[in-house]
Amino acid sequence: MTLQLDAPRLVKTRPLVTVRNVSKCYGDVVALNDVSASVYPGEVLGIVGESGSGKSTLLRMMNLEETPDRGSYTLDLPDVQGNLFDLDRFARRMLCATKIGIVYQNPHLGLLMKHSSSGNVAERLLVAGERSFATLRQKAKVALEASEFPLERLDAPPIELSGGMQQRVQLAKAIALEPALLLLDEPTTGLDVSVQAMVLDTLKHLQQERAITMVIVSHDLGVIRTMADRVMVMRRGEVVEQGLADQTFQDPQHAYTQQLVHAKL
Amino acid sequence: MSLSTLTKPWEAMNYGFLDASAKRELRRKMLKAVAVPGCQMPYASREVPMARGWGTGGLQVSLTLINPQTRVKVIDQGADDSVNAASIRRFLARVSGAPTTMDTLEADLIQSRHRVPEEIMREDQVLVLQVPNPEPLRPVQPNMSIARQMHADADYGRMWLQLYEQILRSGRVMQGASYPSLVNGRHVMTPSPIPRWDVPKLNMAKHLTILSAGREKRIHAVPPFTRVEPLVFDDVPYRVEDHGGLTCIRSGATGFFMNEIPQEDGTSAYEISDSEFGVKTIRAAEGEDIRFGDTWYKDGEMPQ
Amino acid sequence: MTRVLDIQGLTKGFTMHHLGNRLAAFDNISFSLEAGEFLLLKGTNGAGKSTLLRTIYRSYLPQSGKVLFQSDQGEIDLARAADIDITHLRRTEIGFVTQFLTARPRVSAEALVAEPLRMAGQSAEDALQEARRWLAAFGVKPDLWRAYPTTFSGGEQQKVNLARALILPQKLLLLDEPTASLDATARAALVARLAELKASGTAMIGVFHHPDDVAHLIDRVIDLTPDAPKPEEREDVAV
Repeated sequence: MTLQLDAPRLVKTRPLVTVRNVSKCYGDVVALNDVSASVYPGEVLGIVGESGSGKSTLLRMMNLEETPDRGSYTLDLPDVQGNLFDLDRFARRMLCATKIGIVYQNPHLGLLMKHSSSGNVAERLLVAGERSFATLRQKAKVALEASEFPLERLDAPPIELSGGMQQRVQLAKAIALEPALLLLDEPTTGLDVSVQAMVLDTLKHLQQERAITMVIVSHDLGVIRTMADRVMVMRRGEVVEQGLADQTFQDPQHAYTQQLVHAKL
Repeated sequence: MSLSTLTKPWEAMNYGFLDASAKRELRRKMLKAVAVPGCQMPYASREVPMARGWGTGGLQVSLTLINPQTRVKVIDQGADDSVNAASIRRFLARVSGAPTTMDTLEADLIQSRHRVPEEIMREDQVLVLQVPNPEPLRPVQPNMSIARQMHADADYGRMWLQLYEQILRSGRVMQGASYPSLVNGRHVMTPSPIPRWDVPKLNMAKHLTILSAGREKRIHAVPPFTRVEPLVFDDVPYRVEDHGGLTCIRSGATGFFMNEIPQEDGTSAYEISDSEFGVKTIRAAEGEDIRFGDTWYKDGEMPQ
Repeated sequence: MTRVLDIQGLTKGFTMHHLGNRLAAFDNISFSLEAGEFLLLKGTNGAGKSTLLRTIYRSYLPQSGKVLFQSDQGEIDLARAADIDITHLRRTEIGFVTQFLTARPRVSAEALVAEPLRMAGQSAEDALQEARRWLAAFGVKPDLWRAYPTTFSGGEQQKVNLARALILPQKLLLLDEPTASLDATARAALVARLAELKASGTAMIGVFHHPDDVAHLIDRVIDLTPDAPKPEEREDVAV
């Protein structure tokens, strides 16, 4: 039913992220069915859908945490070639550490809760081979500052911090190596509304300052509306609709998207 | 020809206590460990007449390497005369007929618990270290399967992070013994709980070091002339224990690793940890003609 | 004259899946627009004036028809163009002016206004100078220039928005009731700026509740009221 759009003609840059025909089953459960997506440099792609729609699975694949049954994934970067799903564990780890940053909904997934906040950020730099204590500290400070973390709590362990602060530490860790791609998995879900607004505010600010390419997954349309340039709506492992953010929200085509948009308070 | 001519006469036990297949396995694993410096090799640690955790790993290596000409020295925290060291030394001699010694210079094989002798070891000597916990990643990764993957990937970020945290919390690296060290630029190993003082002795050493953990069933090795670099930040230098200026109250030796002996008035006295070196110092002072080997530390400092 | 836009048989309706029906907005609209031309859309409420603007801007997806736009890089059908091309055109050649500002956290009014110029490659300092000039023209008080518009009143936000939308001359400008609830100073500045842009070749399509302000700019009127006479060609007509 959706109008088939033309291929890009004016914009000559290639997408930074290209995911093609990805399918994944867990037993009989279809998590992803022939999903394709592309994200252009500097663009923010929002993925919406209810739980179980496959949006988080797709994001985890972009972070090379999971491998699909079929499909390919490429990043258009100078020293990155081929289908990234074919990389071995070592190459994946190095690629994820240096080119991709991720913020999880659950900070326990992304942080060592009992280490210092600066140490959590420094770990990324250590993986990349930084071996000067002073430089580690300085760079961790810069990253934490960019994610608007209060520097007087620099060395507090995340377990002592509020949810919003934990997300800022995750964000600082994710951007410490200035990745080409930033993945956000429900980054503000579970936070108080006012804290959520502040974290989104930081993300938005960061996006404008650094023009980081982002993929943000959320079931919250408000979050996607605030952040995304383009939206992909997923349901039961399939993409039901994608388009410009304003178009998707103002003129949803698919019955499911209309239902989602109308259900929003 | 009869069966008795083809077989050896019955003996109460095998030469060197371990059976031939156990020794063969150990030899193979030691070769592997030498081939990949610092990489832990699993082996089927056998029962020996000693409880696990008392040096069974080191003992099995010694039993495999020993022959009637091997002169054996056994030390426990530097001392030749502790009960444990004496028992192991006597056991080794009894099952192999090997001669024993306390002098580092005379020994062919030195089995040690947590010390490296102060006198420089030679190419023809082997140091066997007893290891309680061979996995340097255990504090940061309790899952050993994942830890093995991390070794395979040289994924030591967490290891470094631990040092970062220590400096942050205490202003310096708190790791006293078992200081994680990078062997041959590839594998991080725990050098067994030798003090920081001893770790630099392993770097580009002339002798072969074999580290064996009997309870954990792992062997790793530092072959001769192999780099052993303690993990340190570029701007936070590696520091050994501050023992350079201390003098042994019994022998008067100065500039070596000391044992601290708390005194009743609250102060501390110090006694040289390498007991035989202390003994040699005393005997030399008494006028005996004692041959000292070159030492790694000179006036409390390690050259270069 | 140079053709900017050529709309052929454009049809838009909304399918309401939960109601199971289709709501027609407009049907089979065709017209074209030259550079420097000002087109007024009129019609009764619900005739689809704003919908047409948004369809051209691709906030709405048309159902059929073509929106051929002469971009700097050649002709492109906005009805079918890839999302990324639309994003690109919105940044460079097609502007949309509404009453509402999308203020952004911690971006000052002047930086917000200067942004289109900076993205077009002007130096930060020049862009800021120009931005201040326009903020002044629209009557935003200088002490507000460095403040964050998130906290401004509706009227002030609207001025900032206009300054931002009009600062960079674009090929096509879509105006959706930009004058609503503007004070006299700002309205005068807006009309003056529109006249200037028109003279420099910007093609404009506008929806105005009170077209009197811009009456002297209007070249053509299209009535979208259903059953209204077909778009009439009128030269130099004042409404």
